[in-house]
Amino acid sequence: MATIIKSYEPTFWDKLYLPALMRGLIVTFRHFFRRNVTIQYPDQKHIPPEGYRGLHRLNKFPEGRIKCVACEMCSAACPADCIHIIPGPSPWDGGKERYPVRFDIDLLRCIFCGFCEMACPEEAIELTEIYDFSDYTRDDLVIDKEGLLEVYDLTKDQNYYTKNNLSKASSVDTPIDT
Amino acid sequence: MSLSLLFYCVGGIAIGSAIFVVLNRNAVYSAISLVLCFFSLAVIYLLLEAYVIAVLEIFIYAGAIMVLFLFVIMLLNLGREDALPNLNYLQRATSLLLVLLFFVGIFLLMIGDQGLFPQPTEQFVAGGIYPLGEALFSKYLLPFEVASLLLLVALIGTVYLAKRKV
Amino acid sequence: MDLLGFTIIVVKVLVVFAATMLGVLVMIYAERRVSAFMQDRVGPNRVGFKGVLQPIADGIKFLMKEDLVPERVDKPIFILAPAILLIPALMTFAVIPFGSSINLFGREIALQVADVNVGILYVLALTSISVYGIVLAGWSSNNKYSLLGGLRSSAQLISYELAMGLAVVSIILLAGSLRLNDIITDQQGSFLSWNIFRQPLAFLIFLIAVYAETNRLPFDLSEAEQELVGGYHTEYSSMKFAMFFMAEYANMITAAALTVTLFFGGWDVPLLDEGSLGLFGALLSVLSFILKVAFFLFLFIWVRWTFPRFRYDQLMRLGWKVMLPLALFNIFLTGGYLTIKALG
Repeated sequence: MATIIKSYEPTFWDKLYLPALMRGLIVTFRHFFRRNVTIQYPDQKHIPPEGYRGLHRLNKFPEGRIKCVACEMCSAACPADCIHIIPGPSPWDGGKERYPVRFDIDLLRCIFCGFCEMACPEEAIELTEIYDFSDYTRDDLVIDKEGLLEVYDLTKDQNYYTKNNLSKASSVDTPIDT
Repeated sequence: MSLSLLFYCVGGIAIGSAIFVVLNRNAVYSAISLVLCFFSLAVIYLLLEAYVIAVLEIFIYAGAIMVLFLFVIMLLNLGREDALPNLNYLQRATSLLLVLLFFVGIFLLMIGDQGLFPQPTEQFVAGGIYPLGEALFSKYLLPFEVASLLLLVALIGTVYLAKRKV
Repeated sequence: MDLLGFTIIVVKVLVVFAATMLGVLVMIYAERRVSAFMQDRVGPNRVGFKGVLQPIADGIKFLMKEDLVPERVDKPIFILAPAILLIPALMTFAVIPFGSSINLFGREIALQVADVNVGILYVLALTSISVYGIVLAGWSSNNKYSLLGGLRSSAQLISYELAMGLAVVSIILLAGSLRLNDIITDQQGSFLSWNIFRQPLAFLIFLIAVYAETNRLPFDLSEAEQELVGGYHTEYSSMKFAMFFMAEYANMITAAALTVTLFFGGWDVPLLDEGSLGLFGALLSVLSFILKVAFFLFLFIWVRWTFPRFRYDQLMRLGWKVMLPLALFNIFLTGGYLTIKALG
């Protein structure tokens, strides 16, 4: 069955364009009074949704021991090849005999895909919601083991941006610097 | 007194810029100095208290016609270098002769009609645009209509030329 | 001319100049804030209270920037062009009456810098001059985009000047005078004696032409960032660039004031006799003028952030095939009406 397609025939009012112009003006005028969606960034911070993939962290056991066993699954899974681990014998007793002597992530190479998180058998590496960690030099953007553990301390309560909104906002310093 | 000083200044600028129009080989510079010449003419009209003519001089000549000139110069990119052709001696002699003829004609006209330096007539000073309109539609009705007819012919001719290309 | 008269004129010139420059500053701020609100943003709000000092910060930035003159530009014209654009823009306001007259020092002072008896022609003449700034800036930059911008604006201005002039002619026919004060007096009375109600078609044509004359969207083809980089001011930087912007905003203010004068009764407060109220009436008239101008300036911004740009051929078609015949038709109508009225 054939369908009849009506082609658009502009009426006299359409050809005059003025009603359309008025409608356009009314649309922008309504927006004039609408709530602004801007987040005043350094003062207010955007709170990322659940599952946001930002800066990495290395998890710790409650007693302070690092969860990572330096199996290098994460660095094998990493498509950007940005995780560098030097393993060593663990100084602690019991269970796991390996631990990372060095654990460096090159944040400039990282694409924040989250594969390391999925590859990790010990749930040691995780991506956090921290997104504002820019810095001035390339060297400062290579985060080491101490830095990653410190990120864990900052984010273990899952409320980095909500809790610390005011105190953290004023300091531009990122956790990497420390 | 200070007005006559102003007149000599502006007159000097007018003549100087007019000479610059002819002597300059850069078409854009010529056009600009012609605009300057129009402006100084407008000031001279103002000194004669002919406000309407002064404003119309700027409005029509400087504002519309010279903009078109500039438009064409820029469109054809005559602006830079010497895009103007060199004339041979015969052409130069002819043009000189024509210019002389033109000046003699104007001079004769000026002496014959009202003397070399006519005074502004009363009605043109006081009335603004009214006497101009009246003169155009009574005393000079025929030349006015002929001029408008000429413009109409030019308009139709342009439309015809433009249409044929498409 | 005595000393007092001379002083009064100097004061009037200074006041009008300062008001225009202040208006430019306000417009820079308003443009950014209003555009932000219309796009659900916030806009500049850091410098001063709610960002009101932003234009001053912008000005300081422009002053501190390096004043670049590219190597292959036509230097004298390149330097002259911004001034050629700015000066007519500032000069135009001289003939626009911004209030009724006040009595000071035992004499009547008209709130207008110069009461020229061919005022409206003066305004049209100066607006037609301002195109030189754009054209010469485009040409002297030695840049193909700038040249295109200059060419476009010259063609655009000539096309729309005609329609604008013809729309004004019908107003002149009604008022029977070229003097702006007479045009305002002609509109005094109630709302309905304003020219927008007597000449709605002329108002529409004039308004559209004014947007084209001031190179504002939807007619900003000479800038056209997306296709021409920045049009005629691509090569300009620092204070020269700022001068282009000052000229644009000054032109907008003048255009708004002219629209108000021609179609909205100028400083006229409807249903009120300003002359009988003395100084208070004069202040009221100035206030009414400022409010009306502010509305049209807002309309400029409003329109800019609502409509997309015209294509070049659409612009030309609108100018020559729609606006010009309509304006001529309007003159014909007005002339016919006046003739019938004169006959009886």
